[in-house]
Amino acid sequence: MRTVHALRGAVAALAAFLIVGCAPEQDGWRLTNITGLMPELTFTLTDHTGEAATGEDFRGGPVLMYFGYTHCPDVCPTTLATVRSALGQLNNEASQVTVLFVTVDPERDTRGALSRYVNAFGPQFVGLRGKPSQLKDLTRRYRVVYNRDKPDADGDYLVAHSSALFVFDREGRPRLVARPDDDAEAIASDLSRLLADT
Amino acid sequence: MPILEPIRFLSPYDFYPTVLAVTLLVGILFGRGQGAARRAGEPVGWWRGLSFWLGLGLTYTVLQTQLDYLAQHMFWVHRGQHLVLHHLGPILMVLALPHTVMARAVPGRLLDGWLRPLWHHPAVQIPYRLIQHPVVAPLLFVGIIYFWLIPSVHFAAMLSVPYYNAMNWSVLVEGLLFWWLILDPRSPTNGGLGFGVRMIMVWGVMPPQILLGAYIGLSKEVLFEVYDICGRAWPLPPLVDQQLGGLLTWIPASMMSVIAALIVLRMWLRHSDTGPAAQTGTG
Repeated sequence: MRTVHALRGAVAALAAFLIVGCAPEQDGWRLTNITGLMPELTFTLTDHTGEAATGEDFRGGPVLMYFGYTHCPDVCPTTLATVRSALGQLNNEASQVTVLFVTVDPERDTRGALSRYVNAFGPQFVGLRGKPSQLKDLTRRYRVVYNRDKPDADGDYLVAHSSALFVFDREGRPRLVARPDDDAEAIASDLSRLLADT
Repeated sequence: MPILEPIRFLSPYDFYPTVLAVTLLVGILFGRGQGAARRAGEPVGWWRGLSFWLGLGLTYTVLQTQLDYLAQHMFWVHRGQHLVLHHLGPILMVLALPHTVMARAVPGRLLDGWLRPLWHHPAVQIPYRLIQHPVVAPLLFVGIIYFWLIPSVHFAAMLSVPYYNAMNWSVLVEGLLFWWLILDPRSPTNGGLGFGVRMIMVWGVMPPQILLGAYIGLSKEVLFEVYDICGRAWPLPPLVDQQLGGLLTWIPASMMSVIAALIVLRMWLRHSDTGPAAQTGTG
């Protein structure tokens, strides 16, 4: 009998432990809530105008950060177009938002190439590139992956990279992550909620 | 640069000072204990030394080298990492009875004046007895695997460095506790658990692990999306990654129970003069 009681107690304790868990709640966000899970935005890179840029430069408004490269055939242009469309839904508040496009292919993404690319999407888009070690520091910080494939006969190559679009609040704290299947409306809705936070 | 490759591989991906400090402390104590035992004319058997160093080396390797990078970005490598942290590493280390060796390296005054009284203090003994209760211990052992594989918890653990460390440490410590209970060489009359109870425990943890591994491995949808979001270490279809991870949770983890059961059986036969049938006590 005592064993049965002990067993019941242990099962109840385990169940309570499992239910409480440690994952953040969704709290009504449309994108995936990652509040409190990752360190605040910090990096040392160079922007598409050739100026040195740090994470702290972008405090004050919400920041979106995406890792990609200009030769990317599909997912990068699609994601950036979705972001542009989300910003379009925000009206005049959109000017407070910055979109950081960090290239994982700094070899081909020269300052000029990066500049042409981000300018095509809009004034809030900032291209960032850096030395391999600077890029590694940032990707390790946000636990994202990028891998250069083998070049083909013409020397062209693909770079496999994470699909995560990170959303930071005004203080540079990571709050949300958008996945490729999150649409512009979801991004816009969560951004306006972040903008409303004082 | 082929010479540099192993060095690059063994260098930490994320440097965790705690992992290095604990490994060094444990390694130095064991190494010095081995020396002290040799000088005392009671050398540690070669297989015990091998078992310990292999266990410690494997544990360090999965925690602190480039394997850690792969474990962060490939589900099946992560499951392999936990196979070492929860099963293989602890089993190998525990089999060497490391506390008896390490105690020789600790100064007598520290050992008798502080460590032994601390160990026997109720504040340590009561929680220890509770988590090592023959009913609680298997539940904790299996529960901790289930807990970190709840998709939302797994997501958080893979993004947050503190949660990630908590996951790996909790799995390692729980593995050491559980396998020590099972593989403790003391007979029930000397403070060890009854061999029959150990058999039930070691077989009892198998079905839940098989169930979980099969559920993950045979699932038709991606359960752990964090690897899709952050990217995989190399292009592998998500479901293939998940199937491999499920298989690792299922088959080798169960094999560890079989191996442990054989070791317990051997101890049981050795300790009893009248054979296992006479020993039905619960310890």
